[in-house]
Amino acid sequence: MSPADPAEIWTYLRQDPLLWLTATLVAYALGDLAFRRSGRRPLVNPVLVAVVLLALLLRLTATPYERYFDGAQFVHFMLGPATVALAVPLHANLRLIRSTVWPMLAALVAGSVTALVTAVAIGAAFGLRGETLLSLAPKSVTAPVALGVSETIGGAPNLTAVLVILTGITGAIIATPLLNLVRIRDWRARGLAVGVAAHGIGTARAFQVNETAGAFAGIGMGLNALLTALIAPLIAPWLVALLAG
Amino acid sequence: MIVNLVVLLACQLAGEVAARAFGLPVPGPVIGMALLFAALVLRPKLAARIAPTTSGLLSHLSLLFVPAGVGVVGHLDTLGRDGVALIAALLLSTVAAILVGVWVFLAVARLMGTPE
Repeated sequence: MSPADPAEIWTYLRQDPLLWLTATLVAYALGDLAFRRSGRRPLVNPVLVAVVLLALLLRLTATPYERYFDGAQFVHFMLGPATVALAVPLHANLRLIRSTVWPMLAALVAGSVTALVTAVAIGAAFGLRGETLLSLAPKSVTAPVALGVSETIGGAPNLTAVLVILTGITGAIIATPLLNLVRIRDWRARGLAVGVAAHGIGTARAFQVNETAGAFAGIGMGLNALLTALIAPLIAPWLVALLAG
Repeated sequence: MIVNLVVLLACQLAGEVAARAFGLPVPGPVIGMALLFAALVLRPKLAARIAPTTSGLLSHLSLLFVPAGVGVVGHLDTLGRDGVALIAALLLSTVAAILVGVWVFLAVARLMGTPE
């Protein structure tokens, strides 16, 4: 085999799934490194860093998203099994759930409905319509479930993915100052509310602040995934038609 | 490891089939999660068996939504046009959801007399 010139190698690489699969993992590893170097600041979110790096790379190399996804789909596929796996931490916290079942369920329903209704209502008040508004509705749910919900109700899953990440970062940044401001000291309540409103990124932040808060945040995230998957398809299209029809 | 992956994939597959067969609005993997949860309640020993696989998967959960997140390149015009509205909705809605969540939790805990 005679040596090929770089242009030919590039032609091969950009069509092969291997390149974009590798790029996805490298970008995430860099994002994770930046996150740990920053002292785990919520703003330096590994996913956000990875998304920005990859988006710049796609633009620089004039690669269409569809070709990128041919490689990245192997990572994307694992979202399904990962969603199923959320049952395990939920089950591990079963005793904690049983001991405070009513406050938790009440806060779950109230927080979940508030997150959904206020997102759509405020978005509509600011002039958002149709697909964009529907993409916003499941923003507080953990990403794998939010993408599924967005697709089910007629949103744009890719847009939802970014809105979910931004919601998580927002929740992680504001939760501690906000809850200190209103003088809430119950770690169970704080954790659960953050898990419901800001899913995994909020949960990770809650674990940094307090162990109990972290456990309750994880429960809030898991239960909200189930609840939003059930209620969003019933409420969101109706609400969007009502407020922005 | 393989058996554990089969457990997860089988739950997801059953969830996808159930969602379509009964026309449920819930994503298949969420039904799969509920099925696995039911299985764990019925057979608690299963948890210790599959925990190594699931915790490995969940510790890298955020990596898994990078490919979908990169899809934002197709929505940059939406983000540019509606950026302010989207950020306002995210911020205010997150504040509202957190506050309503903690207040309802504390109110019901007080009502039920659940000790801290």
